[in-house]
Amino acid sequence: MLLSLVTFVPAVGAVVVMLLPRSREELAKGAALLASVVTFLVSLPLWFRFDPKVAEYQFVEQRPWMPSLGISYHLGIDGISVLLVLLTTFLVPLVLLSAWYSIESRVKEFAITMLLLETGMLGVFVALDLFLFYIFWEAMLIPMYLIIGIWGGPRRVYAAVKFVIYTLAGSLLMLVAILVLYFQYGATTGTYTFDLPTLVQFVLPPGPMQTWLFLAFALAFAIKVPMFPFHTWLPDAHTEAPTAGSVILAGVLLKMGTYGFLRFCLPLFPHASLALAPWIFALAIIGIIYGAWCATVQPDIKKLVAYSSVSHLGFVMLGMFTLTPEGLVGGIIQMINHGLSTSALFLVVGMIYERRHTRLITEFGGLWKIVPAMSVIFLIVCLSSLGLPGLNGFVGEFLILLGAFQVDKLLAVFATTGIIFAAFYLLWMYQRVIFGTVTVEANRRLTDLSPREWAVILPVVLFIIWIGVHPVTFTRSTEASVEALIQQVQTKAAVTTAGATAGPATSARMIGQ
Amino acid sequence: MTDLVFPVIDLRVIGPTLALAVTGLVLLVLDILPPRDRKDHLALVALAGVLVSLVLTLLLWGRDARAFRGMVILDGYALFFNLVIGYATGIVLLLSLDYVRRQSIEAGEFYILVVFAAVGMMLMASAGDLIMVFLGLETMSISLYVLAGFFRDRVEAGEASMKYFLLGAFASGFFLYGIALIFGATGSTNLDKIANAVAAGAGRDPMLVIGFGLLLVGFGFKISSVPFQLWAPDVYEGAPTSVTALIATGSKAAAFAALLRVLLSSFRAPQIDWTMMIWVLAVLSMTFGNVVAIAQNNLKRMLAYSSIAHVGYMLVGIVAGGQLGSGAVLFYMLVYTFTTAGAFGVILLLERDGREAVQLEDFGGLAARQPLLALVLTIFLLSLIGIPPTAGFVGKFYLFGSAVRAGYIWLAVIGVLNSAVAAYYYLRLIVYMYMREPDGTPAVMVPSVAGSFALVVALWGVVQLGVMPAPLFDLAQAAVAPLLR
Repeated sequence: MLLSLVTFVPAVGAVVVMLLPRSREELAKGAALLASVVTFLVSLPLWFRFDPKVAEYQFVEQRPWMPSLGISYHLGIDGISVLLVLLTTFLVPLVLLSAWYSIESRVKEFAITMLLLETGMLGVFVALDLFLFYIFWEAMLIPMYLIIGIWGGPRRVYAAVKFVIYTLAGSLLMLVAILVLYFQYGATTGTYTFDLPTLVQFVLPPGPMQTWLFLAFALAFAIKVPMFPFHTWLPDAHTEAPTAGSVILAGVLLKMGTYGFLRFCLPLFPHASLALAPWIFALAIIGIIYGAWCATVQPDIKKLVAYSSVSHLGFVMLGMFTLTPEGLVGGIIQMINHGLSTSALFLVVGMIYERRHTRLITEFGGLWKIVPAMSVIFLIVCLSSLGLPGLNGFVGEFLILLGAFQVDKLLAVFATTGIIFAAFYLLWMYQRVIFGTVTVEANRRLTDLSPREWAVILPVVLFIIWIGVHPVTFTRSTEASVEALIQQVQTKAAVTTAGATAGPATSARMIGQ
Repeated sequence: MTDLVFPVIDLRVIGPTLALAVTGLVLLVLDILPPRDRKDHLALVALAGVLVSLVLTLLLWGRDARAFRGMVILDGYALFFNLVIGYATGIVLLLSLDYVRRQSIEAGEFYILVVFAAVGMMLMASAGDLIMVFLGLETMSISLYVLAGFFRDRVEAGEASMKYFLLGAFASGFFLYGIALIFGATGSTNLDKIANAVAAGAGRDPMLVIGFGLLLVGFGFKISSVPFQLWAPDVYEGAPTSVTALIATGSKAAAFAALLRVLLSSFRAPQIDWTMMIWVLAVLSMTFGNVVAIAQNNLKRMLAYSSIAHVGYMLVGIVAGGQLGSGAVLFYMLVYTFTTAGAFGVILLLERDGREAVQLEDFGGLAARQPLLALVLTIFLLSLIGIPPTAGFVGKFYLFGSAVRAGYIWLAVIGVLNSAVAAYYYLRLIVYMYMREPDGTPAVMVPSVAGSFALVVALWGVVQLGVMPAPLFDLAQAAVAPLLR
């Protein structure tokens, strides 16, 4: 019941907010915040009662839904999803708090949309039935579309429509692939089911069919991640979305793509995953370097952060497809890191924007003396994003590079340049915005962080440091599931090909203990 | 001398249809009685007739019978379509109640024609003979020709009615000629007897093949599939909106009912391979409908093109065939009826500067002033796109699922890509409602109890079929099962 509760408390909150009178905006905001905080509190037992030694799904719920088609309401989490669920419940209250004053029109609708979005996101991470997963995956599109389209910047409509059409095209092809898989499984075994744990047991014969299915799933996820060359919707969506939307987009939505690769592509299509891994590596490396280069030349801070996401998620993809324990654990931790660091970056940029209503780097300079606290926080966040040892970004990137190194040294070499570029574009941006002399008079009147803003940013910074100093708290919960996943992919790949496609990874060493 | 044998006719077999026909006759009498200036009571009587028809449909559920020498068939299939047609007619009557008065076209004939059109539709769904299909088709069509031109003083209405009539008559000619050729080849117009003749080898007779092709042309016109869709946009635009809703839902359901029955029971795929033909029609309809709909600024025209696209989706189900595919078509028809009738309902409840709000711009900023109505229309639009958890998603899921199962993966891929294209123009309306400000006087909702009730019914259908589709889908599958034997 716990997972259902966590997933649907926000939706219930949305209904409650809907019933509130339109004139009482504060009340709507308060109720939404309360609902999201309750969700977070309810989700905490998922962490404390989570058994890190168990690789199987935990907190499982299964009820028949459309039995004649083999569709059930099946929820569960394992080491791969538990952190993502918590990241989601953790970020949403902060986001609502950050938007307290910046969302001025249709406050009530905003609160409803955010809560519905939260239910959709959580559903994606906990669903273990492909049909149910797809429902959450698609349903979540519409709230995000509304958030960008209603509360976004000047080109919001263009960005929102581009976001939806792009994502929809990818996910609809995935729907066809889901159906093909369903009927393949049914034709082979005689039972028709959308149940993921059951389907995963099934060894799809290697060949063009598996490759096509892999590609259809991968396209949907690659668009969401986004991987080069499917990333073009991201800078628009990020730049035009309100701060709250950007944070959710970067913090949670992009993770759905990488999560999808882990949860579906790897175990369902092991042969294709292994065979196409070099292509994924290539695209990941291109994404890392290309994203970093694009970020360097952006005049708009928000767009810079958006392109940095392309680069950082390239790391995640690289780590996951190494199929080494280090790479996978690193990839999962890097998803969380990116969720925290990039969210924090967007939050700080949002705070600056609220004060000056511009995000152009040239409009700033010399902020250090005027808003010291904000400058310090901004520095910590930038350093975390560029992977300074002692902060979270380093842990993830280091593990990923470790994994990549075992597969091919060249991969690690190319990927490392991404870290160097990240240091360059982030620090250069920081230097131009924070250091130097005050060039624009309006900046002299800036105010430092308000108590509300402290409350928004401090929890994120706390976790940035926590993961950086003691990552084992978090990596521990993922390891058992990661080991099991690698085991599963490799045994399945070995069963039918008998070594025809040699997996790139054989390492069984574990990290940092 | 042979004795005259009067067949024993069980009138219960045509109960639902009969209830509507009697209602129509009662309305004819009521119309000439006072009061002469208000016709509300006619609508209420018509609604009562529809309700009785629906209740009879439910009471007859599970029965399997034939009457009038096999002319009329009562089976789960016919009953399922009776349900669809009953809902469509009911929603349309509710929507018309205030609408026709507001547009000052109130007349008793309006309701009478709607009821008789429904009689024709139900006959088509339960026809066991090509002649019966034709009779139902004509009863329905002639009523709709008149209804389409009900805005007598508008040029567009004249165009709509004339175009619908001329092209419709032409299509009827094709249809009738097709029946004649089939009769020539097989010696019968009865669906079962044609099936026997086809099974016995008549399928290779060029006369039969040509007749079958002509039949398809006639059906293609009625369901407005490409390339027989030319009338649809103009008729949809010129007809009163509630009539447009009836043409889009009820008449389409009836034509699909007859088409699917003819295909399944008389022209089985192994003997006459029509899958390739329907495949092409499906792809053309989906692609043409969606691509052209993007360019429309008039909502009624946009929904006309969207309906062409939806016909394409349903043809995918026919191509896939089998219990799954045919059942999916039935289910989708029900979903489509609720969704489209609802969408037209919202349009006709909105007025701007005293005229109907049919242009995209009329919906600017609607969400700010009419949040509830905007939300309802959004749900209908999401269902038309096929976003879960609305009924439209489940419907498409079944349709494309059946296509995948039957091995038509590419057809499913073309279908889903079309859905992505369709998202663009449906979302554009949402953009206007939620992300734009109105220019000039904003559109307002006309208070209408009956209209609101119709929307509630449609919304209930969309949500119910989206969240709990299993019971009705099982029903749809059970309905087609006997035809496949």
